[in-house]
Amino acid sequence: MTQTPGHHLDEEALLGYASGALGEAESVLVATHLALCPACRGRTSTYEAMGGSMLSQIEPSNLSDGALSATMARLDQTDPSEAPCDDGGFDNATVTVLPRPLRDYVGGSLDSLPWKSRGRGVKELPIRIGDGSVRASLLRIGPGETIPQHTHEGVESTLVLKGAFSDETGTYARGDVAVATADHDHAPVADSTEECICFAVIEGPLRFTGPIGRVLNLFVRP
Amino acid sequence: MGVVPQTLDLSAPNAAAGPGQVSDATVGTPSSGNPSQARQEPEAPTDQRSHDDLLDAIASTRDKTAFAELFSHFAPRLKSYLIRLGTDAAMSEEVAQEAMVMVWRKAESFDRKQASAATWIFTIARNKRIDRLRRERRPELDPNDPALVPDAPDAADRSIEVQQTEESLRSAIEKLPQEQSELIRAAYFEDKTHREIADQRGIPLGTVKSRIRLALARLRQEIDGFDTDPRPSSG
Repeated sequence: MTQTPGHHLDEEALLGYASGALGEAESVLVATHLALCPACRGRTSTYEAMGGSMLSQIEPSNLSDGALSATMARLDQTDPSEAPCDDGGFDNATVTVLPRPLRDYVGGSLDSLPWKSRGRGVKELPIRIGDGSVRASLLRIGPGETIPQHTHEGVESTLVLKGAFSDETGTYARGDVAVATADHDHAPVADSTEECICFAVIEGPLRFTGPIGRVLNLFVRP
Repeated sequence: MGVVPQTLDLSAPNAAAGPGQVSDATVGTPSSGNPSQARQEPEAPTDQRSHDDLLDAIASTRDKTAFAELFSHFAPRLKSYLIRLGTDAAMSEEVAQEAMVMVWRKAESFDRKQASAATWIFTIARNKRIDRLRRERRPELDPNDPALVPDAPDAADRSIEVQQTEESLRSAIEKLPQEQSELIRAAYFEDKTHREIADQRGIPLGTVKSRIRLALARLRQEIDGFDTDPRPSSG
């Protein structure tokens, strides 16, 4: 349990998470890795401190008249939409395997979810995150089984949550992140001793950020 | 509703003016040293309290004077931060206000051993912007998560580090070559991917990535004295 990961997220991902520029699905992947990796947590704190430092240095803007009193008037109101979301309804095995940032997006305990078969010994559970423009799934690979050869259009990041898998780039255990690019044709094999559960995010072509992108996203969103 | 609560003493020196007018006199001015602001301050020497102290006062006694002081410093800066990210002025002010309301509500979770007031307020505003303007959820760590792998024991108390970090980072960013500091600022204020930053500036993506990597390594080196990377390099 206290084994710390050996394969980490790159600085771009940590910086993007700390600054808030990263999209929601990638942020779920980062936050889930951070739950398992004190070293990357430390770096992310530093990048957040950079945000704090830049906030301190920024030239202040004038506020409109009444801004403070309008805000003060809201202090004692409660906002039901800000109630913390429920973390109940999961069995022990699920709470042990899925850290909270990911658990919040999964509807129930691992064994109760509608897994889809993806060939021998491999199951996939698509997870809808945000506007769905980035593909995210849980993968469940039986002991010793292989994920069929596959390529993808975007970059695929795979975070191991249980067990381990190996491909030609190395062996990945709980907390480790494997990154495969579009031209990278790989076939990961799960360890023979136990099943392997992973969270995979594939950055698809539909990824809009920035001011214009945000407007476009309103139309993409179903 | 709409009335400045009694515990807030800002309007006391000038009963003739409406509560809104008087209390807003502190808005947009530096947090101390301004004579016109000093007249509006309550008798208690609140200007000696650090931002960390103000957050702790809100957490422990729901101190509205402390909140007003924190607001006068941070809300105008949060508005600038949101404008820099491409939001119009009116919406930026609205979201800055909402972020400050969150500061009030969540003050109990502020821990000066983990982050400075400015850093903590930055994360609140960052999350509020994602929620309100990008309409996304922000996945955050839950400190009570049974699945969380705890920090090593010697890393638990970062209080001295935290005090120094923000100050060191400030000077370290200033010391970076301009081509690097500009990209670091873009990472916080432009909400763009590295590819979009590269396209916009007409420089290769690889150059953007390597400049940012160099800058981050240099910043970490600056605050740690040396780059203490316990992580083997890997993808």
